[in-house]
Amino acid sequence: MTNRIDATFAKLDRPALITFITAGDPDIKKSQSILDLLPASGADIIELGMPFTDPMADGPVIQAAALRALDSGASMKTTLQMVRDFRKNNTDTPIVLMGYANPVYQYGMDVFVRDASAAGVDGLIIVDLPPEEDDELYTASKAANVHLIKLVTPTTSDERLKTVLPKASGFLYYVSITGITGAASADVSAVKNHVESIRKATDLPLAIGFGIKGPDDVRQFAAFADAVVVGSAIVSEAQKPDGDVATFVKSLRSAL
Amino acid sequence: MPDLKKNSLPDERGHFGIYGGRYVAETLMPLILDVEKAWSDAKADAKYWAQFDELMRDYVGRPSPMYFAEPTTKKLGGAKVYFKRDELNHTGSHKINNTIGQILLALRMGKTRIIAETGAGQHGVATATVCARFGLPCTVFMGATDIERQKPNVFRMKLLGAEVRPVTSGAGTLKDAMNEAMRDWVTNVHDTFYIIGTVAGPHPYPAMVRDFQSVIGKEARAQILEREGRLPDLLIAAIGGGSNAMGLFHPFLDDASVKIQGVEAGGHGLHHKHAASLTGGKPGILHGNMTYLLQSNDGQITEAHSISAGLDYPGIGPEHSYLHDTKRAEYVSITDDEALDAFKMCTQLEGIIPALEPAHAYAQVMKMAPKMKKDDIIVMNLCGRGDKDIFTVAERFGVTL
Repeated sequence: MTNRIDATFAKLDRPALITFITAGDPDIKKSQSILDLLPASGADIIELGMPFTDPMADGPVIQAAALRALDSGASMKTTLQMVRDFRKNNTDTPIVLMGYANPVYQYGMDVFVRDASAAGVDGLIIVDLPPEEDDELYTASKAANVHLIKLVTPTTSDERLKTVLPKASGFLYYVSITGITGAASADVSAVKNHVESIRKATDLPLAIGFGIKGPDDVRQFAAFADAVVVGSAIVSEAQKPDGDVATFVKSLRSAL
Repeated sequence: MPDLKKNSLPDERGHFGIYGGRYVAETLMPLILDVEKAWSDAKADAKYWAQFDELMRDYVGRPSPMYFAEPTTKKLGGAKVYFKRDELNHTGSHKINNTIGQILLALRMGKTRIIAETGAGQHGVATATVCARFGLPCTVFMGATDIERQKPNVFRMKLLGAEVRPVTSGAGTLKDAMNEAMRDWVTNVHDTFYIIGTVAGPHPYPAMVRDFQSVIGKEARAQILEREGRLPDLLIAAIGGGSNAMGLFHPFLDDASVKIQGVEAGGHGLHHKHAASLTGGKPGILHGNMTYLLQSNDGQITEAHSISAGLDYPGIGPEHSYLHDTKRAEYVSITDDEALDAFKMCTQLEGIIPALEPAHAYAQVMKMAPKMKKDDIIVMNLCGRGDKDIFTVAERFGVTL
């Protein structure tokens, strides 16, 4: 079976919108209803955060989301169950699980990838698992037709790319800033220059994320990207008393 | 210079068996590789070590004495007890050995800003001190809970010119301070050097910090050989992240006759809240390395507890995990109450107020010495002095200052 990520990029004739939410935030039921409405609101690919107590690459918004989720009883098992429930009504929209190495390691990397694939997961981003340490997960993912998405950043040199690219698949996630999620927006022209130089070394679709907050940011980065990722801004919207995630995601999508 | 022969571990990717490694975000990887390269250049540079040694002697006050604790020995009625007196170092603990080594490396790398995390504040003070000495701006991340229980050290850091940034996430202790320091490092990767305070974090930190701290064990080995004409039978040191312990242990690892005990913080007891990662945790990944961690079955990190802020951490240096699995060292735990009794006894018997961290080691000495022969020798690392802890201790004893 073709991986849904590959199918999505093959099908789209415009940049993709990738939306992030934390699984189980603020509780599993509400989180499930947000997850289920994302495709109809315009999300092309969904990143689902696996909550972790110590999210070192995340800013205050996603840190708080993870703690809310954990407090409400979220676990690796409930996250996979959310994906299974989502797949009852949606068989096309790719889901990428994003999180940190320890919960995956405790689950058992092999078993986790098998269970995730069976649940309907298409990709994994493990923030603190650089290519030097990902052999076990890489092998398991490859066997299960799950993409292990690699991150490239403003600090990634051409030399470093040679270590990252051989194990990359699905798409490359360009972290637009040196910093944590939800931080200040990146300098568009600097990102553009780096992204263009990375394209010389790979044919993979290139997604840009971190610090992308609204339709204007989406428009600017989408001009030279294959996908843009919005995370903290969606998590914040869901937290507002009168928040409307569907309308917000539609506004992001209409910028594409 | 360190004895390179003994540095066969970690391997070139920083692994001690399955432990250690480099589990960091991609943004940091190039920098971590730079640090590793700079460290391997510095390690082979006699001039670097000459400067380190001179500062150790004239600024820190090394070698620290090897003291025969005669009152303790008599009272316990067993083995001869010696203290390696690293509490006499400038700034009051072993932490300065490491911060000097790292700031010299930061300067070699042309970095212009220093960050650090701190629990008890000893590493924060030691970092703020070397930043003052070498004229670099310094930001220290410290849990809000720890700021409350370590006020004298907070003020000391500020006097030294450091910015102390309170961390309110989690329980507001060392783990959270380390998360926040890593976040700052990712954000300011170009100009900032992160002086990690213990033998943990991504490679090369565990090995590098060990090499700086092993000055303790090298001196101890020479001193006890001169004094007693033979090696000790038992080494005892307290463990949070484990840098003072690794510093004492490492030069003795090849001496099979020397038993080694690391003392973890048992907090309220192993069936309640504690900070004993090896005796109460299991292997996992946090803060850049694979090591024993206190965690749930779902891989969520659990809060540690110890009366000693310096031991209040849910992880431990990866080399300790390796020594634990290979059984080269034995790891035991001491509760808050036992540590407080030891604190009192050491103070009243020896006229030395120990920090709460080495009070855990002293409590283990109290258990071991009576069971040993009179000509057996114990060397305990008295790694810090207790001035910083008087508020915590007063509160536990019901005294208002």
